[in-house]
This record gives sequence, structure tokens and C-alpha cells, in this order.
Amino acid sequence: MTYETVIGLEVHVQLATASKMFCGCAVEFGAAPNTRTCPVCLGLPGSLPVLNRRAVELGLRTAVVLGCRIQPESRFHRKNYYYPDLPKNYQISQYQYSGHPPLATSGTLEIGAGETSRRIGIRRVHLEEDTGKLLHAEGRSLIDYNRSGTPLMEVVTDPDLGSPEEARLLLTQLRATLQYAGVTTGRMEEGTLRCDANLSLRAAGGPDGIRTEVKNMNSLRSVERALRFEEARQREQLSRGIPVVQETRHWDEQRGVTFSSREKEEAQDYRYFPEPDLVPLLVDDAWVEQVRAGLPELPEAKRRRYAEAFALPEHEARLLTATRAMAEFFEETMRGFNQPKIVANWLVGDVAAYLNSAGQEIEEARITPASLAEMLRLLDRGTLSGRLAKEVLEEMLRTGRGAAEIVKDRGLVQISDEAALAEMVDGVIAEHPGPVQDVRAGKDKAVAFLVGQVMKRSRGRANPEVVNRLLRNRLNAR
Amino acid sequence: MGSPDGPAGAAGLPARPGSPRSLADCTAFELRRLYAVGEASPSEAVRAVLDRIESLDKELHAYLHVDREAALREAARWDRAAGRDGAPPLAGIPVALKDNICTRGWPTTAGSRILAGFRPPYDATVTVRLREAGAVLLGKTNCDEFAFGSSTENSGFGPTRNPWDPMRVPGGSSGGSAAAVAAGEATLALGSDTGGSIREPGAFCGVVALKPTYGRVSRYGLIAFASSLDQIGPFARDVRDAALLLSAVAGRDPADSTSSAEPTPTYTDLLTGDVRGLRIGVVKEFFGEGIEPGVADSVRAAAGVLEGLGAVCGEVSLPHAVYALPAYYIIAPAEASSNLARYAGVHYGHRTAHADDLYTLYARTRREGFGAEVKRRIMLGTFALSSGYYDAYYLRAQQVREVIRREFTAALERFDLLLGPVAPTPAFLLGEKMEDPMQMYLSDIYTIPVNLAGVPGISVPCGFVRGLPVGLQLIGRAFGEAAVLNAAFAYEQATPHHTARPPLVARGGMSGRAASAGGPRSAGQSPAPGDSPA
Repeated sequence: MTYETVIGLEVHVQLATASKMFCGCAVEFGAAPNTRTCPVCLGLPGSLPVLNRRAVELGLRTAVVLGCRIQPESRFHRKNYYYPDLPKNYQISQYQYSGHPPLATSGTLEIGAGETSRRIGIRRVHLEEDTGKLLHAEGRSLIDYNRSGTPLMEVVTDPDLGSPEEARLLLTQLRATLQYAGVTTGRMEEGTLRCDANLSLRAAGGPDGIRTEVKNMNSLRSVERALRFEEARQREQLSRGIPVVQETRHWDEQRGVTFSSREKEEAQDYRYFPEPDLVPLLVDDAWVEQVRAGLPELPEAKRRRYAEAFALPEHEARLLTATRAMAEFFEETMRGFNQPKIVANWLVGDVAAYLNSAGQEIEEARITPASLAEMLRLLDRGTLSGRLAKEVLEEMLRTGRGAAEIVKDRGLVQISDEAALAEMVDGVIAEHPGPVQDVRAGKDKAVAFLVGQVMKRSRGRANPEVVNRLLRNRLNAR
Repeated sequence: MGSPDGPAGAAGLPARPGSPRSLADCTAFELRRLYAVGEASPSEAVRAVLDRIESLDKELHAYLHVDREAALREAARWDRAAGRDGAPPLAGIPVALKDNICTRGWPTTAGSRILAGFRPPYDATVTVRLREAGAVLLGKTNCDEFAFGSSTENSGFGPTRNPWDPMRVPGGSSGGSAAAVAAGEATLALGSDTGGSIREPGAFCGVVALKPTYGRVSRYGLIAFASSLDQIGPFARDVRDAALLLSAVAGRDPADSTSSAEPTPTYTDLLTGDVRGLRIGVVKEFFGEGIEPGVADSVRAAAGVLEGLGAVCGEVSLPHAVYALPAYYIIAPAEASSNLARYAGVHYGHRTAHADDLYTLYARTRREGFGAEVKRRIMLGTFALSSGYYDAYYLRAQQVREVIRREFTAALERFDLLLGPVAPTPAFLLGEKMEDPMQMYLSDIYTIPVNLAGVPGISVPCGFVRGLPVGLQLIGRAFGEAAVLNAAFAYEQATPHHTARPPLVARGGMSGRAASAGGPRSAGQSPAPGDSPA
């Protein structure tokens, strides 16, 4: 039997606001426990929430860039459940039921390029507050409420994704879009972007299958891996005639498997009802227009600008604008070395290749735009040869050290001194009578071989142009 | 009734200025005048009130917490400035707060054992505004647990008694505030009203008690019962004082999204006492089955007084008001079940000593900490919000609420004010309704519709039945507090009821003056223990 894979994503994004969703406490990663709290985010008796306007604006930005229908009036609800990381024992969220739609609905996001591109439906965008964090140590449980009340936005896709690869593509694209819009830092490893996925298999032409919800995926790659595993697991079960159980499953990155969290989904009744402490959220056209006008340059526009203004090939412009961080890196590097084509070549070439093999994102790279620009200046001045530059760059990416520093330490400065090079050239001529003969006989190819030998002798530091000239002079070649 | 010491009996007359009356029985306006002319100081007034508390509160139990030292210290701070030009409006005036209003560093329990020992690290907005207005805060008054009740008997710390008859309840849930003001244990007090919790105890204790429009006073720092209905309001011994206190606390608060930006007038400036041409609708349904005839008579007589002053009274029907009680007992418990979820023994308040796992921690903490009425309402509310029942109960109740709101709006287009009783009976006996929650709930039958409609309502003393005070309820348009207060003021000016003091006070009334004068306190002010039910 053949099955179609059906995937939908629920993406939680931490909004890039200075303060929390319903109080003035700072949103700060890594502050001492419970130092970024107040009566509101601690859920003390009598405290009341006040909606953060900036958080709404970031939600509206998202709605605009995803082409959503924005609700002129939306409401917050209480989701009631008991857990110690939830100080009020209810979460203020936007819940969708008839008559109370969330902030925005019915958007789309395009994934892929050219003929293979697809539009994926965005079901809804809503705002809510984060919980605190439980810490378990020495047989005790401690709670840090610093994160309590941090603004979150949930973006839910339609179950339009047909494969784990598409899920990753969507998530990559969504993240880039939201980063561009300044909505979130979107760092999965820091938890500012989290993704849960629903996956089911449907027999071709048949009814929808039973879905499982997969959680705890901490990188783009683990989303794809987890879904691939889950897809195979469900297929295997079905092929053996065992029905899939509707449940929540956790991804174990180490073992590369999903496992049941044994939560009974239907047992939870969240008793949603409209949050009486907040007034309805009213969004008029003027506000939406203001948000639209304030949007930063988005990937599409930036790609076109790069291609035209810098005369970059289409695929390079696309790679440079794939994430806001890469585009910023590119532009920042050009401030120290204003030759777009060269900067672009190195970024999409050696830098991207290294990051790819190291599994890093550009924002995690140890190299800075300033140090890349420094390296490129050394290359441009002839202090470094192309080959040395590659070596130096590799070390910069690996260690984070500066280009000039590496060059100095390793004595990598190019040798252009003619006396020193003449000595090496003479040595090579003496050692390779055959190729020397060939050159004299007019076989120009052999010159390259001899230049290569000098480069080898100099451990790559010889200035190839000078060597070439010296060789030709000595062998009377043209 | 009556006492040789007291200036007034049940039908007493206003005391003559300069009479040997305790400062504890003076109104805020009287105190301000005495401060201004140098005949009394805030320290003397506060000491008189504290002495009254000392002599009466063992019996009344209006307070859960009194901070004598803090009050005297604060009073002394105002001794020079109070009464002078530029002094804030409540400078040196002794004020009590219902115990569900947060006070930084003072115990704040909302009458619940689950919050025993809890001292909030912050002040409610009204607390801040009172401090800024110069009020001298005395302490925290008793109330039904989380304001669930109509008699103060649901307090986790024992009931408050009615100063007019210690065998009877003071009403509730703000019974402590009402009793304190009635007994001179505070000049003014704040309470909260979700379904009648200011007006009903106001009526039972014979004081002026106002529930403002929803959104008129900030709820920030009010321990929530039902967020869409809760409203803080004043208790006072006359209308002018109530207007004074309301002016001090009302107004937009950025910390409460549901507070209104509607401008706040200085209500005391708008008391003209002129009600000529005022159209008053007497609510037909508020005189139906269950009302005690004496109450109905007093209230109708009050309408007659207002007519005599030039108001035009007519009958008005609110046919859906009868559905207010059932709708309220869905909406209020639903919100309460969620509001009270936080009391679970995790980061403040009571925590059970016997729990090895999380579920047991929650269950036992709540079983030990909450009283019977709280458990009853949490269960009601949880049920009403459960999936599958939400539409039939919560949603339906909200629709009923909307119908009632529209009915009030329509009635208040035809009439400037609505008029009726506050409660069907005067104060009932302690224990009388504790075994029958439905009977207890019915004491709020005339007040609950007003909360659902969100409009302001006041209780003004309008006479006595069997020696017990009766309250007249005047209901106004949203943010029409000025009109409500003015009509109440006109009525009050024409009648003596508000000047009557409870016999208990009359008996103990000299103690304040005696104590401040350094004289010995008279003995035997409180009835013998045998007078009170167990």
C-alpha cells in the first residue's frame, strides 16, 4: 500500500520585545533566577495583565508578511490547567472558536524556488504568554519565573506539507521571513523558535490517517530527522496492520527515535473562556497600514536589489538573502571591503561550505564581518595568495582568530622578494631538466609545472606572478 | 434601642456641633472641619477610632488586622498639614480596607485560610491612591472568603457581627467594612461588590454604600472573585463622605485594562441636593415574592420623599431581572474557578504538610485551605466551563447578561435613575441561612442584576424594620455616579435615618473621647458572652 505523508507544523516564536506580554518586566535570556519578575508575571493575588502593544505589532507584522486576514477584533482566552511553571494555573492565550477568531488567519508562505515552489497555507497566527521554567536539582524542584509571561506567537500551518523535507523547508523559510521582519531572533537552540509537528499517513485516495504530535526538536535538522523517523515508524506499523495511536511523542536526538510521552490527549479539558481582565483587541486599517509601512526590507526585495545593484548571479543573491543574518553579514563585510562580487564569492563559497560541514548557522560562526573584510584586504593587496587566503579563512572559521594575526604567526606572508625567489627558481630548474627542455622547445604548459614546483618549495608563499616572470626570463621563454 | 449616652436612637437627630460626641463618630467632612479650626488633630481622631476598635471589635470582629502603630505614626505625619489649604482631600482621615485589597507588607487574606500569613509585596491601586490622598489606613476588614457570601459568615477567620444586633449578620461579603463604619471603628472604608457585596452589608448596617460603574475604580490589587463583575466602592456614614472617598479612588488606571478613561469629576462638588424634575423608575420586579412588607414600605416611602422633593416617580419593569440570579451563579463561579486556581500551595499561601507528589500537593492544599462555599463555587464554575457544557451554561449566561444589560440601558433612557430595595429583608440571624445556600443567594436578588448590567448602585439608609436598618437602592446610568450620589444626598438631607447610631455604639460611644482625654474607660460596653450565639 502506498501512503501520502501529511504534516502540519505548530511553530512557537518568542517575540523580540523589550518587555513581557502583560507586564513591564524585561525579557532577558540568562538573568539570575526570579530577578525579572513582578506581581503580574508571578500571578500574585490581585495583579492584572496589560497587553504589550509592541507584541501586537510584531504579531501584525507577521500577519502582513504571511498575507493573513487580520481580525479587526480578537480576544484573549484563559487556558486552564495546573502546572507549577504556570503561576496563575491558567495561560492567557488566543483560542479559536466560533465568534472569537485569533489575531490573524488564512495566510500563505511560499517554499522552494521556481517551478518546484509551493504555497503552504497558514491557518492562524495568535499571541500568548510563555510559562516559567522548572529546574530539577538534588531531589528538589525549583522554579524560575523569569520566562513567565514572555511574549509568544504561535503560527500554525495547514496540513499541507507532504514530506519531512518540505517541513524543514517551510520552517527555514518561515524563520527567515520572521527574522527579516524583526519579529524574532528565531534561534531554535535558545528556544526562541520552537516547533511541534503533526504527522499522519493517508492511504492514497483514502481518508485522513491518525496523527501523532512530535515535540522536542531543537534544530531544523532534528525536525527533518524526527519526522523522517516518525514517517517510517507509522508506515511500518500500518504495514503490519497495527493502527497508529493518537498521542504526543518526544524526539530523542541522541538515539534518533521518537517515543510516546504517554499523555492522554483527550483527558485534558482546558475550560477555555474569554479573559475578563483584558478588553477586546481592536486593530483598525490605519494600524495595519502603519505596520506595513514600517516593515524592514524582506528577502524577495533584498534579493532583487542584490542581483541588480551588485550584479550578482541569481543563485548567489538567493543564498545571501536566505537568512537575515547572512544578508547582514554580507552588508557588514562590504563596509570593510567594498567589492560585492568578491565578498559574495567567498561567502557563498568557502564560508558557506565550512558552515555546512560544521553544522553551523552564520550567526553562530566564529568569524566576524570585520575579520573577513580584513582577510580580503590582505588578499587584494597581494599579501596573501589565493591559496593562502583559503587556508587562513579556514583557520579563522575554526578558531575565531583574526586574519592578520594568523598570517603573522604562521609566517604566511607572500614572498615577493626577487632575490629569494630567484634562488628557488634556479634550484627548480636544476632539478627538472626534462620540463626545462620542454619549455625551451616551446611547450608553454611546462612553465606551469615549474611554477608549481617553486610554490611547493616555498610552501605556497611565493608570489606566483614574480616566479612566472623569473622562470620565463631564465629560460628565454616568451 | 437608644441609650442615655448616645446622641441618637433609631430615629435620632443629627448631633449638635460641639456636642460631646466621640471623634470616632464624626464624618470625614466633620473631621476636616475640626482639623481646619484646630479643635482636633488626626492623631486624636485616629486614636479615638483605634480605641473604639479596641473596645468593640472583640465582639464585632470587623477587623482581621489592625496596625495601631502604623496608623498613629501616619496620623502624626498629618497633624500639622491636615485641615490647611492644599492638604490632600483625605488628610488624616481614618480609613479601613476590605481584606481582599492588597496592602504592601500587611496581611491580605481575602478572608481565606489559604492566604493566612500572606503579605503582598505591593499595594493595590486604590491603596496607593488613598495614601496619596492622605488617608490614615487602620487595617483590614473581615469578609466572606474570597468575597463569596452575603453574611461574612464564610470568612475563614470567623464571622463579623452586626452593630445593630450582635445576634445578626452584618451582611456580606464586605461585612467587616460596613460594620466598622457603622460602629465608628473607621470613618470610611472600602469594600468590593460583585453581586451586592457593598450594598447589602451597607443596608444591613445602616451606612451609605456605593457600587460604582464597572471600570470606574481600578481593580489592580483587588483579589479577584469574578473579574467581569468585581468593583471597589466606598462605605461612609453619609453621602458626602461616600462621594469624597469615591473621588479619591476613582479614575483610569493603566494597570487595569478594564478601567475606564471616562473623566472623573469631584463628586462632592456635584451634590446640589436638587432633584426637581428627576425621573425615577421604581422597579416593579424588586417588590415581588419574598420581600418583607416592612422593607417594601420603607422603600416606597423613600420614593415618596423623593417625589416630595420634586422628582417624578413612575413604575418600570425589568422582566428579565429574574434571570439575573441564575446567570450570575454561572458567570461568577466560572470566573472564580479560574481566578482561584493559583491558590495551590506552590509559590505563596498555605501549602499542605502532607504531599509527596504534585497532584496531592494541589488537592490537599486546596482541601485544607478553602472553606465549603469556596469549594462549592469552584465546582460549579469548573462544571459550567467544561467542554460540552460551555455553550449550555457559560455562553447562555453571557447572553442572558446581555439581555439584562440592554434592559437596564432602555430603562435608564426612560428614567434618570431606578429605585428599589437593596435586599428583601433586613439583617438576618447568624447561622440562619448557612445550611441553605439558595436562601443565602436570594439576599442578593436585587443587587445582582445591577452588577450584570455594570451600572452604579447605592444603598442609603431609609428607615428601620424591627429596629434593623433598611437600605434604599438607587441605580444610575453607566458612569452616572454623580446623579446617583446627588439623589441619595437629597434624600438624606430630607430624612434623619443616616444619623442613627447602633445601640452598641451608643453604649460604648463615650470611650473614644474618654480615652483621648486620658480618662478611664467605661466598663461593660460589650454584651456578656451569653448574649451571642456560639
